[in-house]
Amino acid sequence: MDNIYKRHANIIVLSSVLLAQMLGLAIQVRRPADGGPLLIRTWAIATITPLEKAFIYTQHFVQNTWHDYFYLRDVRKENQQLREELERARLEQVRLHEDAAQAHRLQALLQFKEQYIAKTVAAQVIGTSGSEQSRVIYIDRGTDHGVHPNMAVITPEGVVGKVLRAYGSTSQVLEITDQTSGVGATLEKTRLQGILKGTPTGGTQLQYIMSDEKVELGDRILTSGGDSIFPKGLPIGTVQQVSPGKDLFLNVQVKPIADLARLEEVLVITQIEEREPSGPDVSGPLRASDILAERLPSVPVKPETPAPGMGGAAGAASTNTALSSAHQTKPASAGTNALQGAPVQGTPAQKSPAITKPADRPDTKTGVAKPATGISVPKTGTTTGTTITKPATNAKPKPPVKAGETTPPGH
Amino acid sequence: MSYTSREQIEVYRFAWPVAIGVPLLAVFLQAFLPVQIRFFNILDLPLLVTIFFGVARRNPMTGLLTGSAIGLLQDSLTHNPLGVYGIAKTFVGFAASSLGVKIDVENPGSRLIMTFIFFMAHQSIYFSIQRGLLGQVVAWHWGQELGAGVANALVAVVLFAFLDRFKQRT
Repeated sequence: MDNIYKRHANIIVLSSVLLAQMLGLAIQVRRPADGGPLLIRTWAIATITPLEKAFIYTQHFVQNTWHDYFYLRDVRKENQQLREELERARLEQVRLHEDAAQAHRLQALLQFKEQYIAKTVAAQVIGTSGSEQSRVIYIDRGTDHGVHPNMAVITPEGVVGKVLRAYGSTSQVLEITDQTSGVGATLEKTRLQGILKGTPTGGTQLQYIMSDEKVELGDRILTSGGDSIFPKGLPIGTVQQVSPGKDLFLNVQVKPIADLARLEEVLVITQIEEREPSGPDVSGPLRASDILAERLPSVPVKPETPAPGMGGAAGAASTNTALSSAHQTKPASAGTNALQGAPVQGTPAQKSPAITKPADRPDTKTGVAKPATGISVPKTGTTTGTTITKPATNAKPKPPVKAGETTPPGH
Repeated sequence: MSYTSREQIEVYRFAWPVAIGVPLLAVFLQAFLPVQIRFFNILDLPLLVTIFFGVARRNPMTGLLTGSAIGLLQDSLTHNPLGVYGIAKTFVGFAASSLGVKIDVENPGSRLIMTFIFFMAHQSIYFSIQRGLLGQVVAWHWGQELGAGVANALVAVVLFAFLDRFKQRT
């Protein structure tokens, strides 16, 4: 017996080690970790991430020292450019303020609840998984800083992913390009909803868009808010390629807006508040037509004479409808997403008084009965902003997959 | 190139700081450098270290255990279940040390070819596990894998020459 063991010791040990690992795999796949991360993961991360942090902090210290004290050549020119940019932004802000105020009043009238990004935590990217098959990054903020699993991670450009596991001072973030990730998404123009999934090659794909729908290259894709992780209205990416897919769905390839290969700092949304929008007293007999009528003086169109038999608010409403039609000639991207500083949206229906009751909207494609506005996210600290509102009704049925849910085979 | 008897084989050992520190450093660099250098993901430093220790020690049991430990450590940093890299590197560690017993793997040419073959074998096992055991959809691109194999083999020649300095004769 001893001879047999000695002769085949290597093969026996090899088989045992492989068998043990396969059993371990089977158990993990069958029963994903429910009692927190495995000890070996905790140890590995506790060993590797402090080194990563040390390197990153040292690198930043050197870079900052260089930039702050030695590399000041183009500062004056850059300062001038920034001032001009600020002026432009201020002008834009005034216009947006008006739009936002109007949107608030309408939301209040319709009793929508808004989602506010109430608090964010800025974090530094310190490492990756080191594997092409596992698109995760590590950040230097964890439970000690209020970061917990299933929190959204974004950059000022767009969505990055969500927190998968949180440790004391480190968190593991699953990028949207990983094939086990999923994000509830909406096409900005058409308001079609689908699920944004990662692909095995590291790309992203918008799924569950019916093949008879029209999707154009370059269309922007925003979060739909339906996954309860990402607030509604955050930019995700743009349509890169559209082709017929299987099972009557389109194959929509998406290019993420955030450059996931060059991430340095990210924001973790640690708190989202939901509240009734503040605005004028809505308990009174205030109507959408009245609110829209307030904008009349600012519209550079000759006021129309109310039709015979229509007076007062009704007349205002009809005039306003006509003006809204004039507004509809604006491109769909007439609004602005403050997160990116880029125009966002303003579908014709949103400007129309017809939205006094979302359920009444005949257009089943839109699904969302109110404007999606951007959010303002500073690079550090906390932030408050309005923007993201939950759709009261979605005319289009939701896809069968739960968005935002990670479906790793087991952990 | 091949040995005629076991007596001709040089078997090496390593000081424990090297035996522990080098694999840890390899896993650290594998996780850290892609943040700085985008294309670094095509390299698999932990695999190269597994091969190096396997062929230098020439003990299949030590080789497979080293591969298993490095693989599991690498698995710990991913979000996949533990064992995918573990199984692949266990195989490679065992095969590398078994090969080290039979042929000369000290010269750069044989190291280049050997690393390329082991890399392809490692990738094949890894993808088979992902597809077969985990049921994941995996994209296999021959061009990409062959290119990565060549890149890893070239890096291995330099890396092995550097790590040779830490060898100690038994």
